[in-house]
Amino acid sequence: MGAIVAFIAVIILVLIVLAGTGAANLHFLLGVIIPYLTFVTFTIGVAYRVVKWGRSPVPFRIPTTAGQQKSLSWIKDSKLDNPSTTTGVIGRMGLEVLLFRSLFRNTSSKLYNGSIFAHKWEKWLWMGSLAFHWSFLIVLIRHFRLFMAPVPSLLHLIEAFDGFLQIGSPGIFVSGIILLGAVSYLLFRRFYIPQVRYISLTSDYFPLFLIIGIALSGILMRYFIKVDVVSAKELIMGLLTFKPIIPKGIGVIFYIHLFLVCALFAYFPFSKLMHMAGVFLSPTRNLANNSRMKRHVNPWNYPVKVHTYEEYEEDFRGKMKTAKIPVEKE
Amino acid sequence: MANIKLPKPEELSKIDHKPPQKRWMDTPAEFKQGMYCYGAKGKNLSAVDFPNARDWSPDDKDWKLPENWKEIVLEGMKERLGKYRSFHIFMDICVRCGACADKCHFFLGGGDPKNMPVLRAELLRSIYRKYFTASGKMLGKVAGARELTEDVLKELWYYYYQCTECRRCSLFCPYGIDQAEITMIGRELLNLLGLNTDWISGPVANCYMKGNHLGLEPHAIKNNIDFMVDDIETITGIKIEPSFNRKGAEILFVTPSGDLFGDPGIYTCMGYLMLFHELGLDYTWSTYASEGGNFGFFTSMEMAKRLNSKIYAEAKRLGVKWILGGECGHMWRIINQYMDTWNGPADFLEEPVSPITGTRFENAKATKMVHIIEFVADLIKHGKLKFDPGRNDQFKVTFHDSCNTARGMGIFEEPRYIIKNVCNNFYEMPENTIRERTFCCGSGSGLNAGENMELRMRGGLPRANAVRYVHERHGVNLLANVCAIDRAALPALMDYWVPGVKVAGVHELLGNALIMKGEKERTTDLRGDALPGKEGNEDA
Ligand code: HEM
Ligand code: SF4
Ligand code: SF4
Repeated sequence: MGAIVAFIAVIILVLIVLAGTGAANLHFLLGVIIPYLTFVTFTIGVAYRVVKWGRSPVPFRIPTTAGQQKSLSWIKDSKLDNPSTTTGVIGRMGLEVLLFRSLFRNTSSKLYNGSIFAHKWEKWLWMGSLAFHWSFLIVLIRHFRLFMAPVPSLLHLIEAFDGFLQIGSPGIFVSGIILLGAVSYLLFRRFYIPQVRYISLTSDYFPLFLIIGIALSGILMRYFIKVDVVSAKELIMGLLTFKPIIPKGIGVIFYIHLFLVCALFAYFPFSKLMHMAGVFLSPTRNLANNSRMKRHVNPWNYPVKVHTYEEYEEDFRGKMKTAKIPVEKE
Repeated sequence: MANIKLPKPEELSKIDHKPPQKRWMDTPAEFKQGMYCYGAKGKNLSAVDFPNARDWSPDDKDWKLPENWKEIVLEGMKERLGKYRSFHIFMDICVRCGACADKCHFFLGGGDPKNMPVLRAELLRSIYRKYFTASGKMLGKVAGARELTEDVLKELWYYYYQCTECRRCSLFCPYGIDQAEITMIGRELLNLLGLNTDWISGPVANCYMKGNHLGLEPHAIKNNIDFMVDDIETITGIKIEPSFNRKGAEILFVTPSGDLFGDPGIYTCMGYLMLFHELGLDYTWSTYASEGGNFGFFTSMEMAKRLNSKIYAEAKRLGVKWILGGECGHMWRIINQYMDTWNGPADFLEEPVSPITGTRFENAKATKMVHIIEFVADLIKHGKLKFDPGRNDQFKVTFHDSCNTARGMGIFEEPRYIIKNVCNNFYEMPENTIRERTFCCGSGSGLNAGENMELRMRGGLPRANAVRYVHERHGVNLLANVCAIDRAALPALMDYWVPGVKVAGVHELLGNALIMKGEKERTTDLRGDALPGKEGNEDA
């Protein structure tokens, strides 16, 4: 159900472009206004969400400890999985963000013969996610070729690595293919694993279809329905220098690609894609486990009603004296 | 009270993990007998000024909610979104990847899809979307949002009291989304409406008025310990004289009241008493701060803080230098992650230093409270204790990491070090079921009642399974732990799933092995069972 709604939504987005570039001739809207609006929505939206999270304090120091604590000098503590210092926390966060450390731990539990569990290492989700995110990042970086003149040498280096297959012309970029494969796998597992299917919402399918759409249109554009790259770059440089122009004859497929990208980035701040920023603020991952060494202050800590010792002794003085337990007041 | 039938293990272990066809939002919660606790009693709620104090039962159709209950819940959510970044972020960033789904022991042992941590969170998240996000307000169900109705509230209650706040889900989540945190906040919301359980609210009221969950009055605490002292004398020939509420002692000792009452907790307590005596430690018990555990933690942060305050208050009154804490799970999550923040700074105490070895406990220099397992590991390392591990040869031991000390603290090596020094036979359970990945006993966070036994046996199944593995493979017959709830809950779990395995605190094993100055030749262990090779000649 959710998948169908999400799929239709993406199809509608494509149809909008077809209508816009065809009969309606809305190239300026699609090529200039919407990218600008997207940029504004994305930056303000993300900033707003992050500031809003930041406004909620972190009252307690609650890291999930995933290794030996720092205690006695001769016991080796787990500096990254249970950090007690800021350096350790940075290391832990680095591992989470760059290598998906927690997901790497993933196990799958199966029940055999009625009641014996086996908990096995499960690497597919980790591999799929890692492949997806890294290829997404590399594809994104490669796009800077279109945003920069002259193209920095670092980009050439990345392109050289990415294009190592050297097949045909234009040469094949591996990252695009991996991106499409990985995102398809993430979609596939949403259909295939019953529990994941059960929890998936429309908003889980939508970005996946959108990214598939982006990757497909990109690949089509590069290898099959060639577009005029020079004109595309002109359009983009126009946007960046605030002298927007619409060069003639770039091709519909370019507008589809651009529009879907805009949809993704405009959708970003309103969605779970905010996990990108959220992970850095997650109190179970970004705090050191040092609250017995260093005082952590809760900004909204307030006095509470307690049952004092005096009240307690009042209740039990007789019994305490009989039992020869010392009291304050005889 | 109705007698709730517990199915046989063969029946209970037929588990279907496939979710149903019908969408979860369209499937109202079905309250299954044996899976939930009795409702709170009015008198226990009013003893601690909880709102909407009245007797109530989850079996009734009418939960006697206040007129404006919905407003209260939504206001409460709003307040907590503004107070807890954790809650706010966890409501927003879950990608429903499902990595946490099969990490929860309740899902593994029961198969109910709403016990997948992600779905447990969605129960509340769907309400969040409806009332606090633009897309949820506009798109409703398509955006995964739903109206807060009485049925939804009941569902929330049912499933938020089927989570032991063990944090196993949080370990595997790529963003560290911690359902324990969400459950804690969900339960706070429910407590705004007086929707607590009898098993939690009773101990909370006891602890507030009498100083401990069991409601032991001062003389009863002393009596119980005197009984243990007598038993120790019978076994070792040594007479121990502990002190209570003694001003000027160097150390205040606080342990869960579960150690003072009932089998096998008391054997652990005997171990403490013997150890302290052997060291000649200058310490005192307190009858006022006679609870290390904190059932308030399973109701609201404020209640937890109110109960926890007694520890520092008593340390101050008695003028001790620092505090030593006994074996417990959630007690230590609280001491490690909350106590100083709630009730500190403890600037009237000194940085803890072991009077025996001179070791400075740098890791506890702010809270000034040391875990007895750390304290003892240090003693052993310095060769201050003598053991005869042969006196534990009747046991083949494995160790259960408690969720809270595992994932809310990280105490893994110390207990193992002690066990290996006091026992000859130690075997680890499979790797994916111990240390930070440990499986819950299934009864934590105030769920260790009697009427929800099916829930407990289901939730404990993954743990029991791992014990069975070492039981069958190595003949393990003793499950050691450092948690009073474990000692109360695991015996039933073992009897049900792995008969023949006993449960003991690490300090019981230590007490068995500890060679005390001037002791007579022991013929029994602390339980009064004959020692290996001494069968037939124990005292009548
Ligand atoms: C920085 C730390 C990040 C972590 C740890 C992380 C982790 C994950 C994980 C585990 C998934 C689940 C895959 C699934 O759907 O099953 C996911 C999905 C996704 N992430 Fe990230 N991510 C990060 C950053 C980013 C960034 C920078 C983007 C930028 C666009 C991004 C975009 C996405 C998208 C589009 C999906 C797929 C959506 C979906 O599956 O519904 N993520 N991420
Ligand atoms: S592992 Fe984390 S992100 Fe994935 S479904 Fe569970 S809570 Fe959500
Ligand atoms: S905290 Fe533990 S009991 Fe609660 S949902 Fe997570 S795994 Fe399950």
